[in-house]
Amino acid sequence: MSNQLILALSKGRILEETLPLLADAGITPADDFGKSRKLLFDTNLPDVKLVVIRAVDVPTYVQLGAADLGVAGKDVLLEHGAEGLYEPLDLGISRCRLMTAGIVDAQPARAKRRVATKFVNVARRYYAEQGIQAEVIKLYGAMELAPLMNLADEIVDIVDTGNTLRANGMEPRELIENISTRLVVNKASMTMKHERLKPLIERLRHAVSVRTVA
Amino acid sequence: MTIADRWLLPDGMDEILPPQATRMEELRRTLLDLYDRWGYDLVMPPPVEFLDSLLTGTGTDLDLQTFKLTDQLTGRMMGASADVTPQVARMDAHSLKRQGPVRLCYCTTVLRAQADKHQGGRSPMQVGVELFGHAGLDADVEVLRLALSSLAAAGARETHLALSHIAIYRELVRGIGWSEDIERALFDAIERKAYVVIDELVAANVADPKLARMLSELPRLHGGAEILEHARLALADAPEAVREALDQLVRLHRGVVAEHPEVSFYFDLAELRGYQYHTGMVFAAYVPGYGQALSKGGRYDDTGKAFGRARPATGFSMDLKQLATLAEREPPTNGIWAPNREDAALNDTINRLRARGERVIQALPDQRTGPGAHRCNRHLVLQDGEWRTEPLD
Repeated sequence: MSNQLILALSKGRILEETLPLLADAGITPADDFGKSRKLLFDTNLPDVKLVVIRAVDVPTYVQLGAADLGVAGKDVLLEHGAEGLYEPLDLGISRCRLMTAGIVDAQPARAKRRVATKFVNVARRYYAEQGIQAEVIKLYGAMELAPLMNLADEIVDIVDTGNTLRANGMEPRELIENISTRLVVNKASMTMKHERLKPLIERLRHAVSVRTVA
Repeated sequence: MTIADRWLLPDGMDEILPPQATRMEELRRTLLDLYDRWGYDLVMPPPVEFLDSLLTGTGTDLDLQTFKLTDQLTGRMMGASADVTPQVARMDAHSLKRQGPVRLCYCTTVLRAQADKHQGGRSPMQVGVELFGHAGLDADVEVLRLALSSLAAAGARETHLALSHIAIYRELVRGIGWSEDIERALFDAIERKAYVVIDELVAANVADPKLARMLSELPRLHGGAEILEHARLALADAPEAVREALDQLVRLHRGVVAEHPEVSFYFDLAELRGYQYHTGMVFAAYVPGYGQALSKGGRYDDTGKAFGRARPATGFSMDLKQLATLAEREPPTNGIWAPNREDAALNDTINRLRARGERVIQALPDQRTGPGAHRCNRHLVLQDGEWRTEPLD
């Protein structure tokens, strides 16, 4: 284990946008990638392996040192807490906004605002900073439904195009944070494997900057 | 709670069973003997103290980590010790009041209100040393060498030592007069090595181009010993104190590398762990297979001030529970099995063997388990009226 570099990738849309960047940096997964039910994959580099896991699990894998580095959305890092992680590179992919939203023209009049979200920690922090007493309700999906069913006054969620919000008679309100995908690195790995990690991060940085210019 | 739950331990609390308990105890003795040979006196801090003395100048992290309870005798708040270092600092500053350098060591269980998911749960056994009363680099070198010797004694191979110096960043931003928000944002970005954020913050808030360049460069100065050379050039315009700190790192490296050529060195000039109380060099030692540092330490010169005597101090600590997992040796099968019999000669033989340091287990009446279940490889047999030790098949 210790001589290998384990890279934890977030499943789903982020993965699709990560693979071309990795390819530009010289890392391509082995042929069976995505075709089998395997979770640990070889790459063209003998000492680099990939794990593909749920986005919310990436910070845990990297923090505990099960993976040396990982690719995770800033939203996940904000919610999970990125204590003890290095975050040296903004990959500039899967960009979106973390926002509050509510029903169009509805005024949240309550003294205590009810907020539905899967970003419980982010929501608590944000409303506290705004001086608003919030009651946070954890939901796992379909946030837009919560205000319509009078379960909550506002939601905190990822906004990409805003189409889902509009289709449900809602509007985005305040921007909490601009989100993009980050490269995170375990501190112990950086100490023990810096000779391999630094060039790898540099190649990725180069791949990102080439894309940004193009 | 149902009867079925009675075995359940609180989150993060663990019981240590054999053979792990034996390993930990062996290692505890090995380490305390090692510290004794280096001239460190053993101290045993109390498990509970008044909160005021536990939480002096240590920052909010330790506050959140401390279990709190009320003293029914005085009405004051007490805390269960979550970190031994401030307690030992108090002993040096207030209780011992010795002149000159004081070397102390300890090994004791501490309690943490929040489980550290990386290591030790909520009841790590903290073992370490503190050297008070000497502000020079030689004390730091001694502590570093002892930390590496401790890890080697615990069975660590391939140790990686991460070295840094808190004064580099502190002196660089001294007197810069930022708002608290910006200062915190930059600190946070440097801790995360979030280069883009650092560059943005520096560009927006630092007018002096030389300082701006150095602040942007600082978090990028990490790697092997060659980094120290790069840093000399990159931080050439820094205040005298920064260059002095860099110099100290060079000398620390030199002081340790000769004695421990097997150790890999890593320097990270923007490492800010323990920024609230560290004042000089800081280090962390890593071993492959462990995602977190096994040993952490550094210089913290001002801790004693709250107890009436500011003393230079440097030291390190480790979690014995974690350390004992480095060399997972099975305890040896080397005991001697004795029969259950009323016999003065047998008793004499057993006493003599035990006095010699042998492990002798005497069977109990109607015992159903045999010598194999009790780690015995020999037994006592009566031959020609004499009890002899014979190997077991």
